[in-house]
Amino acid sequence: MHISPVLWQFLVKWLTASALFPREASTIAPYMDALYFFLLAMTILGLVLVGALLTFFSIRYRKERNPVATHIEGSTLLEATWTIIPLAIFLVCFVWGALLYFRIYSPPVNAMNIYVVGKQWMWKAEHPGGQHEINALHVPIGKPVQLTMISQDVFHSFSIPDFRVKREVIPGRYSTVWFEATTPGTYHIFCTQYCGTQHSGMIGEVTALTPDDYQKWTQESTSGMSLAQNGERLFASMGCNACHSGSAAARGPNLAGVYGSKLQLANGSQVLVNDAYLRDAILNPSQHVTAGFAPIMPTYQGQISEDGLIDLVEFVKNMPTNYRVQQTLVTSQSDQTAPTASGMVKP
Amino acid sequence: MSTSTTTILNLPDQATATLPKRNYLNAEHGLLSWLFTGDHKRIAMLYLFSITFFFFIGGAFAGLIRLELLTPQPDLVASDTYNKFFTMHGIIMIFLFLVPSVPATLGNFLIPIMLGAKDLAFPKINLLSWYLYMAGGTFTLAALVLGGVDTGWTFTTPLSTHYLNTHVITAATAIFIAGFSSIFTGLNFIVTIHRMRAPGMTWFRMPLFVWSNYAASILMVLGTPVLAIAIVLVALERTIGIGVFDPTKGGDPLLFQHLFWFYSHPAVYIMILPGMGVISEVISTFSRKRVFGYTAVAFSSVAIALFGFFVWAHHMFIMGVSNYSALVFSLLTMLVAVPSAIKIFNWAFTLQKGSLTFETPMLYAFGFMGLFTIGGLTGVFLGSLGMDIHLTETYFIVAHFHFVMVGGMLMAFLAGVHFWWPKMTGRMYPESLSKLAAVTTFIGFNLTFLPQFILGYLGMPRRYHSYPQEFQVLNVLSTAGATVLGVGYLLPMIYLGWSLKYGAIAGNNPWQATGLEWQIQSPPLTENFLVTPIMDHEAYDYEWLAHKTEQEVTTVG
Ligand code: HEM
Ligand SMILES: [Cu+2]
Repeated sequence: MHISPVLWQFLVKWLTASALFPREASTIAPYMDALYFFLLAMTILGLVLVGALLTFFSIRYRKERNPVATHIEGSTLLEATWTIIPLAIFLVCFVWGALLYFRIYSPPVNAMNIYVVGKQWMWKAEHPGGQHEINALHVPIGKPVQLTMISQDVFHSFSIPDFRVKREVIPGRYSTVWFEATTPGTYHIFCTQYCGTQHSGMIGEVTALTPDDYQKWTQESTSGMSLAQNGERLFASMGCNACHSGSAAARGPNLAGVYGSKLQLANGSQVLVNDAYLRDAILNPSQHVTAGFAPIMPTYQGQISEDGLIDLVEFVKNMPTNYRVQQTLVTSQSDQTAPTASGMVKP
Repeated sequence: MSTSTTTILNLPDQATATLPKRNYLNAEHGLLSWLFTGDHKRIAMLYLFSITFFFFIGGAFAGLIRLELLTPQPDLVASDTYNKFFTMHGIIMIFLFLVPSVPATLGNFLIPIMLGAKDLAFPKINLLSWYLYMAGGTFTLAALVLGGVDTGWTFTTPLSTHYLNTHVITAATAIFIAGFSSIFTGLNFIVTIHRMRAPGMTWFRMPLFVWSNYAASILMVLGTPVLAIAIVLVALERTIGIGVFDPTKGGDPLLFQHLFWFYSHPAVYIMILPGMGVISEVISTFSRKRVFGYTAVAFSSVAIALFGFFVWAHHMFIMGVSNYSALVFSLLTMLVAVPSAIKIFNWAFTLQKGSLTFETPMLYAFGFMGLFTIGGLTGVFLGSLGMDIHLTETYFIVAHFHFVMVGGMLMAFLAGVHFWWPKMTGRMYPESLSKLAAVTTFIGFNLTFLPQFILGYLGMPRRYHSYPQEFQVLNVLSTAGATVLGVGYLLPMIYLGWSLKYGAIAGNNPWQATGLEWQIQSPPLTENFLVTPIMDHEAYDYEWLAHKTEQEVTTVG
């Protein structure tokens, strides 16, 4: 975007004020808009060109002025021109669009994670510190936020037009999107994939807060338990700890520190352990037998809700040592309040 | 308008005050003679009437949708009713109007004549196609009357398979059956074009209308079965729960979208290609020139058809396809835009040094050029990966596909219907009214759909029954435009109907066009040609025509 920043701001303010243009409230928005203006310019240019040709020929060669048509077979040169020039312009659009796409869909490593579950017809956001919200999302400005999303029923699609981001929320599969809000304020969240009767009611509001306000919000709206703590309870109550006890004699693999590692499977393949893998390993254990273990783990398909799975995954993710598992084995429950663990909820 | 003096056959050569005594319309009488006809022209007329009927039902739903969107509140109808409205609108417009429109009506009527043949290769299958179409239409109406469906025309799973209690199977059956109608039509065209060309009618002497229908037929034959499979899988999933699309059974919900778009993307070319053929004919005729770069235009149709099969995943850029496959599909999408650009410029340069007149079909063709250019270029927005993230599933999409399909295809259809109306019925329509209709349609169309591009960039999602207050102004504009547009579509209905009885006699070749169809009487005989014609000149050879006319005049005189 090599327009003067002042000009750019003027243009954007003017367009926004005339309601022809959404607000620019994330770091990506100006990049999206730059491409938009380029494409718009291309379209207008193309249209003007075609319009000018049609008008000119219509006036110059109308029957009264040109009673006899002259035969022209074609022209390789002209045809090559209007093949190559559009092709070149379209390729520029392709490259520019692709760069933007990779930027929007590659989360930075330091992004804080928030889970979102879509269901008919609401958005449920779950912060690692245990804050739950429905059809609302609070985020700090100036910090990359990644949403890990899944649908509990049909396809939904999570869209924040003022941030210029959108991603399909798919049943049975985590998808992610990230953004960094720049301006405090409230913005629309829409479900953009048709999802049944109340589709147009599946909307919400994202509130971008200054870091201080955000901090205040997390403290005021905590439910007392973090996702990991909820997961820990589930881990005990579903009987996971019976096998995944972390001891040498355990019948299941030790889960401490497994997140982010490469795991050797019994079928010889290697997988990267991420959220999606953990979720799938809980639901379809027979397809992911870890090397050295018998395929004895039962499936939990249908027994745990998506929210519960998120809790479990979050627990496993945050299990760097065996300490917690053993604690869980002993107490089977926890009544501690949510930790304000560093890097999880603090901006 | 001067009337023709040209005929290839032994028919009276000046416009007489009455229609030819013997023609395909009065060859036989009675309803049964129509219902059991094997004549491609009569079947074309059957299609024309039934397609128009469905178009107006689909249009009524469009009106209801726009009326609801006049205000942000969900106040006209309840949500589920609204969802049924846009589902019906979509299903009817796509499967019962756009897909069959030009091929089944104009294509059916004209392709055999343009090739110098007496009929299509398989007249009975042609009639069967119409019955299948009507059966599909009946099932659609049944789904409607029984209480409607609210899947959207895309039938996305698992919504359609697990979460709706409406008449999904009935609607799916409708589409399944209508699909076979289009497969058979495509097969019939392909075989006819390969086997039934008159002596001298080489591939590169065929009118471009035939080329474009040929390309569309390939798509119909290869693409539609995939849709049929996807629909059957939905039905099986719904009834016995086979689980191919169900993640809890190890299925993949995205698989449906791959299958569906593997058909439905090529389907937009099934819809637009025949329309492009119409535009070539019309522009050439009213410029009195051969289409600039005939071969490039012919090949670009085929190129569009082939590339059309490799871009379906551009409907799924935000659905978690891998970034790299997104890259490939985006690139291919850009490539498929090029042949369309080629055509636009070829048409524009056909006008150069022509001798232009602006009869109604030409006005519609100009409308097509403008609207299709916008439709095509906004497609580049969506093919451009990053931009697609923001625009997809919003009103930008709605505006884009209406520009291509309604602005483009429907304009082409109307251009074609007006252009060949004198041939099909032997009568002219009132010229000033038809020009008024063309202009009204163009203005109404832009007023309806231009605001939707802005709405889309602002973020208003498609298929929304109610919306935030700030989107209202643009929605009101759009609804106002739809009203104008509605008038623009009703007008031809009225005056074309009127012209059937009262229109001036057209004569054989009112436009002084070169195609074989213009060298026979209007309306044609059942057998089209009494003597098989010999094609001894290139397509669009106006010098041949001028020469021919002189000869004709001298021999008769
Ligand atoms: C007066 C003319 C028309 C108006 C005002 C109109 C309006 C609309 C609107 C507002 C929608 C979006 C519904 C939604 O997503 O909420 C829509 C969808 C659609 N329209 Fe039209 N339309 C018109 C004509 C047509 C025509 C002539 C065709 C085809 C020949 C057509 C094909 C479609 C299709 C395929 C959809 C998608 C349906 C879906 O979302 O499932 N429309 N139309
Ligand atoms: Cu939704």
